[in-house]
Amino acid sequence: MALIPGLPLAASVVCGLTLALKVKNKAPAFLTLLMLLGAFLLTFLGFRQWGAEGQGAAIVHVLDWVHVNWGFPPSEHLLKFDFSFYMDGLSWLWMLFVTGLASAICLYASEYMSHDVGKGYGRFFAAFALFVFSMACLVMGDNLALLYLGWEGVGLCSYMLIGYFYKKPAAVAAAKKAFIVNRIGDLGLALGIFLIYVTYGTIEYAPLFEMVSKGVDGSGQAMAGTWQSWAIPCLLMVGAFGKSAQFPLYVWLPDAMEGPTPVSALIHAATMVTAGVYLIARMYPLFLADQHHVALNVVAWTGGITALLAATIGMAQFDIKRIMAYSTVSQLGYMFAGLGVLTSTGAAFHVFTHAFFKATLFLSCGAVMHGFAGQLDLRKLSGLWSQPGWRIVTVAMFVGCLNLAGVPFTAGYFSKDMILAEAFTTPGYQALGWLLLATAGLTAYYTFRVFFRVFVGPAHYEPGDELHGHDDDHGHDDAHGHAAAHTSGGDKHSHADAHRHGHGHSGFHPHPPGWAINTVLAVLAVASIVAAGAYFVNKEHHGWVGSMLHASTAAYDAGHYAGHDAGGAAGEAVAHGGFLGYDAHKVMYYVSGVVGAVGILVAFVLHYLGRREAATSKADALLPALGPVARWAQHKWYVDEFYDFVIRTPLKVLAHVFAALDKLLVDGLVDAAGAVPRMLARGLRPSQNGVLQSYATGMAGGLAVILIVVWLMTSLK
Amino acid sequence: MSDLTPGLPLAAALAPLSSVTLFHYLVVSAVLFALGLIGFLTRRNLIIMFLCTELMFQAAGIALIAFGRYHMNQSGDVFVIFVLTIAAAEAALALALVVLLFRRRETLDASSWAEMKG
Repeated sequence: MALIPGLPLAASVVCGLTLALKVKNKAPAFLTLLMLLGAFLLTFLGFRQWGAEGQGAAIVHVLDWVHVNWGFPPSEHLLKFDFSFYMDGLSWLWMLFVTGLASAICLYASEYMSHDVGKGYGRFFAAFALFVFSMACLVMGDNLALLYLGWEGVGLCSYMLIGYFYKKPAAVAAAKKAFIVNRIGDLGLALGIFLIYVTYGTIEYAPLFEMVSKGVDGSGQAMAGTWQSWAIPCLLMVGAFGKSAQFPLYVWLPDAMEGPTPVSALIHAATMVTAGVYLIARMYPLFLADQHHVALNVVAWTGGITALLAATIGMAQFDIKRIMAYSTVSQLGYMFAGLGVLTSTGAAFHVFTHAFFKATLFLSCGAVMHGFAGQLDLRKLSGLWSQPGWRIVTVAMFVGCLNLAGVPFTAGYFSKDMILAEAFTTPGYQALGWLLLATAGLTAYYTFRVFFRVFVGPAHYEPGDELHGHDDDHGHDDAHGHAAAHTSGGDKHSHADAHRHGHGHSGFHPHPPGWAINTVLAVLAVASIVAAGAYFVNKEHHGWVGSMLHASTAAYDAGHYAGHDAGGAAGEAVAHGGFLGYDAHKVMYYVSGVVGAVGILVAFVLHYLGRREAATSKADALLPALGPVARWAQHKWYVDEFYDFVIRTPLKVLAHVFAALDKLLVDGLVDAAGAVPRMLARGLRPSQNGVLQSYATGMAGGLAVILIVVWLMTSLK
Repeated sequence: MSDLTPGLPLAAALAPLSSVTLFHYLVVSAVLFALGLIGFLTRRNLIIMFLCTELMFQAAGIALIAFGRYHMNQSGDVFVIFVLTIAAAEAALALALVVLLFRRRETLDASSWAEMKG
């Protein structure tokens, strides 16, 4: 069991070694792949065994970590947590898709990063493997300290990988932004853990959840109605918002797309950003212990607002990877809304399906980016289907888009419906339901906007220029000349550069993905279709994911909470909320399907029908009708600018004030301390005049004084 | 101090010195020391200053010998022999230093070596 995180850690260390040994081949990639596959296999075997042993929560002790006693009597205060794993349905579910997707994306990255072989290749895979290790610690840990270790570990790896192209200022800025915004959330998480320790006296899951289930704190006092009962979930929630890019801390995720695409797919779409969902699901008993569900209310509404906000921004972007980033933020909003309306099953199911189809989408975008020298602007690419070698990418993208848009009988459809239906059936959350339903329509529209613009329609392409990142303002001819002109430039990460060596100075050829990328895309596309099947297994728990969650701390026992129903078997027994008078659980299948179809249809009409060129579509004609709204959305509602004005500017001013204070006050004090000896020295300095005779006179004088004193003392006696 | 002499059991042994008492020796010693000190304080020539320190050395030596003889104790003699031995070594060293210093500055003036002044 210890090998599940151990193998990726070993891979990380070895990749670091290959870096030190200056290995100039693809060894790091395949080594990491081997280790990750090993971890996946072990996870799968462990999962099978866990299932065979009755799906109980198992604690696997690996090694002692912290055992501290202090206070009087000696055992009064005890801080004890070990490096051990808490394996229940939730951990297994997360580990299965984390290690599985990591293996697939590692294979993809082996080709995607090939232009960096011998340069950053080892560094990339070292961080990649370290990420999987950290994620495993986060998910498998049996205490909050290990979770926090993993939490910070994944944050660190995210930082390192976003900033992978460290010569590109935008990437460095994005990495810093991600790290700093995450700090805000992590502060909440850390405070939450501290408060849990202070309240319950332990941060290990097993005793913690036992106390929570009894409704008492560490000293046996009843928890109901205390301020801790709502403060703890609220603090944990802040941590989850930061890591999972929820409003108002979502701003780092779209910028994180500066990292290599496999990283965007694995870390910033499929796994790391779902750590917030995992945290809340893991701590679900604590969230439910608060009678008023304060934190859950906030989680639900924040999720809904984030979903809508990100979807509106995504509609107006032109960078396909960024659109996918906003859709990730939006889908994470769905998951949080699901957690908020007490369908942890729906949230986790959406995490699960989203992991597959979003990875597929990102990797398809990455293949495009790889093949067209970093071109991501949907106005400069069109009709990939009809270009040689892009069929698999197009099909994979299509499958991903179907899922994201929630087309009936895809995995994304079932998981999204579960959340939507639950929102409509939960009293007081009708408005949230409508919000999410509207978002579903927008999602379908912007998803297929990308598909209809880039992958079908008339064939056309303009290569990007990796040297300058995204250059939006170059015309077609200019871009060609541009790419050629800069090939002699020193950028080591330039696709165009790598390409040039193969083809001489003959202009740009897109290069379609090779076997590794195509295989991974095919596998993931199939996986995201198959993931829908999980819905039909184990129907009594709302699917396979539900049964996994049922055997975990995220289980939501409907019996305890009157007025709400999460158990599927009682679905028809309790009628409440409902959707326009119908049972939401049933009618939602049709409603969301129709909404998705409308979104796709609008995208079809606006971006496919009659489109003759890449740069424009019918949607442009509609822009004047929208007035400034479209421009606002394109500028991301000016949230970054707002933060800049409200937070960064005052902080900068404050920094200048502090710098001045430092100079005047602190430096002044230090200088004053230095001035005192200097003043004293000024009095004593003449004695050191350098004239030998004056020293001798001093000695003689001193001797004389001593003699006189001695003589006086003897004669006075 | 001359009143120290009479009444001691060894007065007879000191008889040949009766005209030259410990006091005289000590006076010589003090005069030598004062000469050395004055010379050291007033002269700037390194060699002269060095000679003056030697004078002060010998003044101390005479005082030791005189007291040793006075107390009929060989410790003073032994002490002086050691001092002389070490003084010889030290003289060699000091003269070597003087030579080196002279080579640096082409002068024996001690005031030319005042770099460490505050």
